[in-house]
Amino acid sequence: MDVFFQTLVSGILKGGLYSLIGIGMTLIMGVMGIINLAHGQLMMVAMYVTFVCFHYLGIDPYITLFISMPTLFLLGMLIQKYTLNPLMEVDSILPENQVLMTVGVGMVLTEIARLIFTSDYKSVNTSYSGATFYIGEISFSVALTIAFFIAVLFTLFMFWFLIKTDLGRSIRATAQDKDAALLMGVNSKRITIITFGLGSALVAAAGTLLMPIYYLFPDIGGPFTRKAFVITILGGLGSTVGAIFGGITLGLAEAFGATYIGMAFDDMVGLLIFILVLLFLPGGFKRLTKI
Amino acid sequence: MSFFEIKNLVKHFGGLAAVNNVSFEVQQGEIFGLIGPNGSGKTTIFNMISNYHHPTSGSVYFKDKDITGLKTFKICKLGVGRTFQVVKPLGRMTVEDNVIAAAFSREKIKKNARALAKETLEFCGLSHRKDVLAKSLSIGERKRLEITRAMATRPQLILLDETAAGLNPSEVKAAIELIKRIRDKGVAIIIVEHIMKVIMTISDRIHAINFGQTIAQGTPQEVANNSKVIEAYLGEEYAEN
Amino acid sequence: MKKFGPIILLIALLLFPLLVQDHYYQHLMILVLMWVVIGSGWNIIAGYTGQVSFGDAAFFGTGAYTAGLCMTKLGISPWWGMAFGGITAMAIAFPFGWICFRLRGAYFALATLALNEIMRHIATIWESVTDGMVGILILQTFVSKVPYYYIALTLAVVSVLSIQIIIGSRWGYYFVSIREDQDAAESLGIDTHYYKMISLNVAAFLTGMAGALYMNYMGFIDPEVVFSLHDISIMAILVGIVGGVGTIYGPVIGAFVMVAVHEFFRTGFFGFFKGLGAITGSDTITVFAKYVGHAHVLGFGILVVLVILLLPNGIVGDWKKITNSLSPFKRKEVVG
Repeated sequence: MDVFFQTLVSGILKGGLYSLIGIGMTLIMGVMGIINLAHGQLMMVAMYVTFVCFHYLGIDPYITLFISMPTLFLLGMLIQKYTLNPLMEVDSILPENQVLMTVGVGMVLTEIARLIFTSDYKSVNTSYSGATFYIGEISFSVALTIAFFIAVLFTLFMFWFLIKTDLGRSIRATAQDKDAALLMGVNSKRITIITFGLGSALVAAAGTLLMPIYYLFPDIGGPFTRKAFVITILGGLGSTVGAIFGGITLGLAEAFGATYIGMAFDDMVGLLIFILVLLFLPGGFKRLTKI
Repeated sequence: MSFFEIKNLVKHFGGLAAVNNVSFEVQQGEIFGLIGPNGSGKTTIFNMISNYHHPTSGSVYFKDKDITGLKTFKICKLGVGRTFQVVKPLGRMTVEDNVIAAAFSREKIKKNARALAKETLEFCGLSHRKDVLAKSLSIGERKRLEITRAMATRPQLILLDETAAGLNPSEVKAAIELIKRIRDKGVAIIIVEHIMKVIMTISDRIHAINFGQTIAQGTPQEVANNSKVIEAYLGEEYAEN
Repeated sequence: MKKFGPIILLIALLLFPLLVQDHYYQHLMILVLMWVVIGSGWNIIAGYTGQVSFGDAAFFGTGAYTAGLCMTKLGISPWWGMAFGGITAMAIAFPFGWICFRLRGAYFALATLALNEIMRHIATIWESVTDGMVGILILQTFVSKVPYYYIALTLAVVSVLSIQIIIGSRWGYYFVSIREDQDAAESLGIDTHYYKMISLNVAAFLTGMAGALYMNYMGFIDPEVVFSLHDISIMAILVGIVGGVGTIYGPVIGAFVMVAVHEFFRTGFFGFFKGLGAITGSDTITVFAKYVGHAHVLGFGILVVLVILLLPNGIVGDWKKITNSLSPFKRKEVVG
């Protein structure tokens, strides 16, 4: 029974981080209808930033949040402005230009990382990297727990931002109906740029928070992009609440898959969930709960 | 034993009833008009007939066969053609190729499909534009292409959705001529139209709906003088007069 | 010129191995011909039918493994794989399309990505059959590259001709109609699900055969190589879009260009930097040369970005755009 609760706890904690990844992506998907296949790669960049800050500048990852998030915010805006926005003007037979473009961007990011850092595995070993604390018989990873709470904080902030601020409302308006938003004076080009930046900053946070307890190599982007998808689609596109559900669900599925089936399978589990959701739940959990 | 009939068609989108219990019959060879203000559910009815949207409840019968919920392409093959209100040209194909693609539904061999396409293009008056890419057509020509394509599938019943909207007066006149020619060929027509002049002059009978429900049916005269219809279009004060 | 181009090209290709004995170039040409086949397959489902696939490696790898397993498990010649490879690839394509064609646009593309990954995982995990990461090693039938070249050439010619015939036929009209407007196509009596299936299976068949050819030619495959997202699936997309989406000869041109680009990077701009490093004795340049050699995927990534932005319809599709921009006299665009 303990194993069960242990798995449950790790699943939920990891799920909190996953939700951050999901919120970033669902924002991008919901607002621009852009499927960002470079999402995991953006996370990878943030993780390398964290690595560099730790190893060469001695900065603790939690402080690096203040560096990696703005950096990725900027990077995201540049990507949207110079590679994705121009696509809206291009007339091409190929319908999925924009998805392909994000694939290209993701490849470029990965390979540049490989060029600079090589394919070697890197890690960030802080004083708390391996630390755990116990509640009863169940161990909690310190780093993961802190990450969970920071993720919750960011999520609450996102809710406040989207509901209470003008910018947030403009973003939601553009997500619901771009043309209507345009007519009401929302500069949709600017919104898409800011939204992509925001989504990138959020996934950067997830990356930085994950760094102390994970490992890093250039190709790590791919699996995380896929996870981001599963989360987003599970939760329903553009739904922040859905991303939370999706993140926790994936966290739990992976944890239980790893515990009860086997280590090699957590990737397969993600893949299978992905296909199943694509097929049966096109609206995600949102459809089931009408949030 | 009706040629075409819809019975108690209902369509809910979420909580909203876009179409609420509409029934009517269409006779072979007649021009049947469907009118109603914007958003009254006319296009939704068309969409349910061709199963672009699945009806929430109700049935569609064509030549005594229940065609409710049949795959759209099957409905076309059974003889019900349609045009779309927001035109859907196959943009990067020429006008001729657009029609050939439609003609293939009846003629499997390319030579014959091409011949059918040529014949249909002439009938609908688009032969002079056959080598133009569909995306380069004017709105009037695009609407005409919609009709030409549907006619190339040799329908016995054709659903025309706002084929005269957005056209200038001479184009409207040409559209009316085309619709009459189609009727003379023996094809029954259900026509949705906003331009009163068009629908009143050519329809044999008219069915009026508002908020997804039937408010009147009869000859154009009867419907035009029906107070509920006047109220729907022009407001209560006019109706009272 | 347009009419004679292909014939001249064909004659040149037929004579090629007789005129060029260098094994390196023969190898490159075999790769080019293989990519013509794969690119044509991708073009059918993506370029003509509008269902963009990100996972053609799934079919390629299946064909390759079929050929390899013929030898290792069935003890028959891997050349049987050429016949069966296309069929086993279709066996994968069929259920996949059946289930996933209800997904529109980008979601279908994602599903193909997932298929790619699933096939790769299966090949890696199912060790009893595939030997997992170890891969399959077989003895090549021919020592010389020339027979492989002509087999590849035959396959390439068959592919291009098939595409030509299909596109001019009823199938072709239906494919393009589906691409242009699926709903309109349905209303015109086209069973869009059925024809999307046909298109996908044609693509899978061609790609599977190319995979089987690869197995026979290279003699060695493993899951990372033949189910590779970057080196097979993305390369297929690049061949398609660089050459020209939705054109018959696009994949031909695309194959030439992409193999050239790949070699360009792999050899560090054909040894330019290495040579420069040797001449100048500069260490930095030599190291740089090595980096460039490893950077072909980076090159692909940049190429994807640039091609989509500047040449979305490929070399064949945007030919007018290219000639206009190169011409010293700016020609005025005549608006139709």
